[in-house]
Formats: sequence, structure tokens, C-alpha cells
Amino acid sequence: MLYLIAAFASIDVNWSWVYEGLDRGWKFIVAFANPDFTSRATDIKEGLIENAVITIVSTVVGIAVSIPIGLGAARNISALPVYLVCRAIVAISRSLNGIVVAILLVAILGFGPLASFLTLSFATIVFLSKLLAEEIEDMDKVQAEAIRATGGSWLQRFDYGVFPQIVPRLIGLSIYRLDINFRESAVLGLVGAGGIGATLNTAFDRYEFDTAAAILLMITAQLWCWNTSRVSSARRCNDGDL
Amino acid sequence: MLRLEKLTKIYKTGDKALNAVDLEVPQGQVLALIGPSGAGKSTLIRCINRLVEPTSGTVTLDGTELTGLGSGGLRKARRRMGMIFQEYALVERLTVMKNVLSGRLGYVPFWRTLLRTFPQSDVDEAFRQLDRVGLLEMADKRADELSGGQRQRVGICRVLIQNPAVLLEDEPTASLDPKTSRQIMRLICELCEERNLAAIVNIHGVAKTALRQFPGPALAAHCFGALPDRCLCLD
Ligand SMILES: Nc1ncnc2c1ncn2[C@@H]1O[C@H](COP(=O)(O)OP(=O)(O)OP(=O)(O)O)[C@@H](O)[C@H]1O
Ligand SMILES: [Mg+2]
Repeated sequence: MLYLIAAFASIDVNWSWVYEGLDRGWKFIVAFANPDFTSRATDIKEGLIENAVITIVSTVVGIAVSIPIGLGAARNISALPVYLVCRAIVAISRSLNGIVVAILLVAILGFGPLASFLTLSFATIVFLSKLLAEEIEDMDKVQAEAIRATGGSWLQRFDYGVFPQIVPRLIGLSIYRLDINFRESAVLGLVGAGGIGATLNTAFDRYEFDTAAAILLMITAQLWCWNTSRVSSARRCNDGDL
Repeated sequence: MLRLEKLTKIYKTGDKALNAVDLEVPQGQVLALIGPSGAGKSTLIRCINRLVEPTSGTVTLDGTELTGLGSGGLRKARRRMGMIFQEYALVERLTVMKNVLSGRLGYVPFWRTLLRTFPQSDVDEAFRQLDRVGLLEMADKRADELSGGQRQRVGICRVLIQNPAVLLEDEPTASLDPKTSRQIMRLICELCEERNLAAIVNIHGVAKTALRQFPGPALAAHCFGALPDRCLCLD
């Protein structure tokens, strides 16, 4: 208890800053009451579209790359050398933090959507390949064995014996990742990597709180639309046959 | 004709599961394989189509030595060996029809199987097999919607569409109730006779003491529900 009080006392608060901040916060709240969608409408629209494109493309690319890596990193279906290489890729990439990668890429490639795209693809690969490998390692192996026993090739074994088993998880994880990428692409804009986040950053820099409010509302609306549409599509995927 | 000579399997753990087994199964013969748990029945079956690599010895099917084949040759040879599993081993999320057609994977190139476009003759044959086991109206159901007995019959169709010379069956009825077991066993024996197939069928849970009470074939017939042509006890 004493420690807590001491800790609080040691926080050095600059009250004039807080006052200014409160003032700005209040302006911000007022701005939210009447957001300004119109004066920067084209910027907002372009930002949102850029965001959606970055998100979707990076997720798709991420998934496409993580499937082979995930396959290779599953001990039960891959040869030892392939397994070791893929596991090493997974382990190394997991040790890199997403925001650090983003800042690095911005530093290398400069500001713009390319850095954002690469960061999100990378994050998707990190996330998906490990979980996919684990899902494959947990699968029912007799199904794949039965395909092997019919004389099917390695690819056919994957297509019939492995893929149908991991599809529900793959779809679930991909949608989840697309969700995260949607949010992150907005945040990434703030470190200079394009998209709606960049538009938002500009609005804040110009103290155009009403425009900023409009942007935040649009981001929320976009996420909401996305959330409602994905629930039904996920359900449909699960019940179908492949 | 399937012939095993001095087939031996020693697992990495040091378990000697098979010790120089010699065995001959001519065309048309159904061989019941019994023995206590851990006797190596599953290992024997799996060494034949090399799902498990034998340590030494040879397996010969109709003059081809399977133990010497490379991976391409082995895949070709596996088409002639139909395997039936205790847990059915159907692809749960595929329809019955696609499960049956998967028996043709060894014959059809990858791109066709990827697009799920099998030759019409295969599709017709799949319908014929399903009709034969009384599952025609189930063709478009997903495999995980079937009962155990129905699943095993789909497993049998998948094997028959391979056009096999030998059936390898690892406890095909161990997950079924006694009545369904007998039906499935009878179906298998009928099919072997119709098509003149050799078959090795593992039967679970037969203790040595029981074997002393009944002589081999009588016991097998008791667990089997249908009479195998021959009975072999591993121990
Ligand atoms: N993958 C494996 N690795 C190591 N040892 C194994 C493996 N599979 C089987 N064994 C060993 O080989 C021996 C024979 O096993 P197998 O499964 O062939 O017996 P089984 O006759 O089929 O028994 P059950 O009637 O219980 O199915 C056992 O001692 C078992 O412990
Ligand atoms: Mg067994």
C-alpha cells in the first residue's frame, strides 16, 4: 500500500500539459458529435480503399506462403531436412516483433503502402504457418494413410488425406487473421505505412478533429460490415463438402 | 498369389514385432490372422503394402517383389492391394461418392483428382459398387453422417474400385456391434469369392487359451461370423 502511494507520488505530472490535453480531448469529443465526412471525402475514400486492398492482398499472399511452410513444418508428413528448414523459418520469424518489422520496412522502403503490405504478409505467415503445422500434426493420420494405401502420390495424399481435415481450421484462422490485418493496417498507417492510418495521421497533424472523427467512424463501420458478413460465410464453409 | 519370406520387422524401439514369417496366400483364399494383442498382426499387414517398412525378408505379389520397389513402383503395386481399416479411415469431410472414387487415386493423374473430375467409367463403377453394398442413395451424403456399418461398407467400395488382387484387413469389424460385424464379414467373404481375391483378415482379441479350447478355424468362424478358408496364429 505504502509502496503504491510512493509509486503514485513519484509520477511527475505536468499539470499544464494535462490541462491542454483535456482541452484537446474535449475538442475531440465535440468533433465526434459532428464529424466532418465531406471536406476530405476523397482522401477518406482513397484511404479506406487502400486499406481494404492492402489487407486483402497481404492476407491472401500470407496464406499462400504459409501453407507450404506449414506443411513443411509438420513432422508427420515432411521429410526431416524439409521439416528442419521450415521449423527454423517459423522459429526465426516468430522472434521478430511486428511493429519492429514495420518500422524497419518503412526505413528501407520509405513511406507508403508497400511497407504495410509486406508487414502484414509477414505477420500472417508468422501466425498461420505455425498454427497450420500444429493442426496437421494433430490430424487423424489413418485418413492420410488410407490414401497412401490406395497408391496415391504425395500431392494426392495431401489433397485428400490432409487438406479436408485442416480446412475448417484454415478458414477460421484466415478469417481471424484478416480481421487482425484490417485493424493493424489502420495502425500501421500511423507509423507511416500508407492506408487510412496515414489519412488519419494527416488529419491529426492538421488538428482537423472533425475529419479524424469521421475517419475513425468509417473504420469502425468498415469493421462492423466485415464482421457481420464473415459469420455467415464461415458457417457455410464448414458444412459443405470439398 | 501373395508370398512372404522370412519377413522380419524390428521397430526402432527394439520391439521385434515379426520374426521371419513365411506365408503363402493363393488367389481366392481368405486367411484369418489371429493372435494375442501385440503379436504383430497389424505389423504383418502393414509390412505387406509397406506402410511399415520391413526390416528384412521379402514380400512378393504375383511375381513382383514389393520389398525391392522404388517409390513409383511401390505406388503402382499398392493399387493392387486394398486395405480396410478398423476405424474405417474414410475422409470424413468428403462425400461417400468422393470417398469411393479416392480408391482410383493411384490410376488418375493429380490434376484430375485435384479438380475432382474422375473418368466417367470410374464414376459408373463407383455407383455400381455402392449399389452392390446397398448404399446407392447415400452417395451424396458426407462420410461423417453415416453409421459405423455403413462407413465400413464405403471402405469396402473404396477398396474394390481399386481393382485389387489382395485385400488387407486390419480388424475390419472391431468397431462394430456383433450383428453388423457378421454382416460385414459375410459381405467381405462373398466379395472375395466373387472376384477370386486373396485376403488376410486380422481378428482382434483372441487369446491363446481360447485357441487351445477351440481349434483354429472353429474359433475364427466363431469370431468371424463367416468361415475363413484358413487360420493362422501369430505369437
Ligand atoms: N510404431 C511402432 N513403434 C514401435 N513399436 C511398435 C509400433 N507399432 C507396434 N509396435 C510394437 O510391435 C508389436 C506388435 O504390434 P502390432 O500392432 O503389430 O500388434 P497387433 O497384433 O496388431 O496387436 P492388437 O491385436 O492389439 O492390434 C507390439 O509389441 C508393439 O508394441
Ligand atoms: Mg493391431
